Amino acid sequence: MTVGLAHYLTVGAILFTLGIFGIFLNRKNVIVILMSIELILLAVNINFVAFSAFLNDIVGQIYALLVLTVAAAEAAIGLAILVVYYRNRGSIAVEDINLMKG
Amino acid sequence: MGALFFYLFAGVAVASAFMVIAAKNPVHSVLYLILTFVNAAGLFVLVGAEFLAMILIVVYVGAVAVLFLFVVMMLDVDFAELREGFLHFLPVGALVGLIFLVELILVLGAWTTGPSVAGAIRGSIPPAATVTNTEAIGRVLYTTYAHFFELAGIILLVAMIGAIVLTLRHKVYVRRQNISVQVGRRNDIEVRKVQSGQGI
Repeated sequence: MTVGLAHYLTVGAILFTLGIFGIFLNRKNVIVILMSIELILLAVNINFVAFSAFLNDIVGQIYALLVLTVAAAEAAIGLAILVVYYRNRGSIAVEDINLMKG
Repeated sequence: MGALFFYLFAGVAVASAFMVIAAKNPVHSVLYLILTFVNAAGLFVLVGAEFLAMILIVVYVGAVAVLFLFVVMMLDVDFAELREGFLHFLPVGALVGLIFLVELILVLGAWTTGPSVAGAIRGSIPPAATVTNTEAIGRVLYTTYAHFFELAGIILLVAMIGAIVLTLRHKVYVRRQNISVQVGRRNDIEVRKVQSGQGI
């Protein structure tokens, strides 16, 4: 059985769903929520690369590179905010983040 | 052979992605995240995107995952307490996840390539025997998409400055050089002749 585009899209879809699932499942733990976002971005990248390869278009891989850049920047900023928050409050529970009464 | 490796990489990636969100200890979550990224890199190699596979290893495993590990180990958090609502959120999480999966399956089962796609291709991949994947990306990235490349650099610069500004703190008991006060001194400057070996 040959591996086609649909196989890669299925892997991407499963990873994306797992990321969404992780955000809802670990509502209290910001670190795991950030990791779930990384999973979602990885799923998006798999889709980009699969389409790039099977449609024979290199631009998809360049876009995946940009997604990778944004993911790295997001992780750095997110973890920096997490460290500052922990320093101020002594906790990383999402439910304690209510200073702005949002 | 390629199909075997595809199912190996895909299976391990999905299983370890599940363990990322299900593991009790966040350190284990980070380690499973690394495993997921390594297997995704394997998938990229299978599909012919070697450069992105290596970048995935370098950026994610080398930088992002290690950053996560440092933060998890630096914060002294009672992680058992953070998992208290795990079963409480399980139904709604499963519901949302199921809805997403059903929608994605519906999309996957019904999609076709549109007739205008073939005309929209901007840069076709040259055959791998003549041009490597890295060179093919470089040929397009540094010419047609040079502005996007610079934009990515600016994003990384802003992220770096932001992370430093957020986490930098000045401790009050550390004495620092204050150059403007130093230069602005006028009246209390005094020149003395000091005998050698005695001091003031």
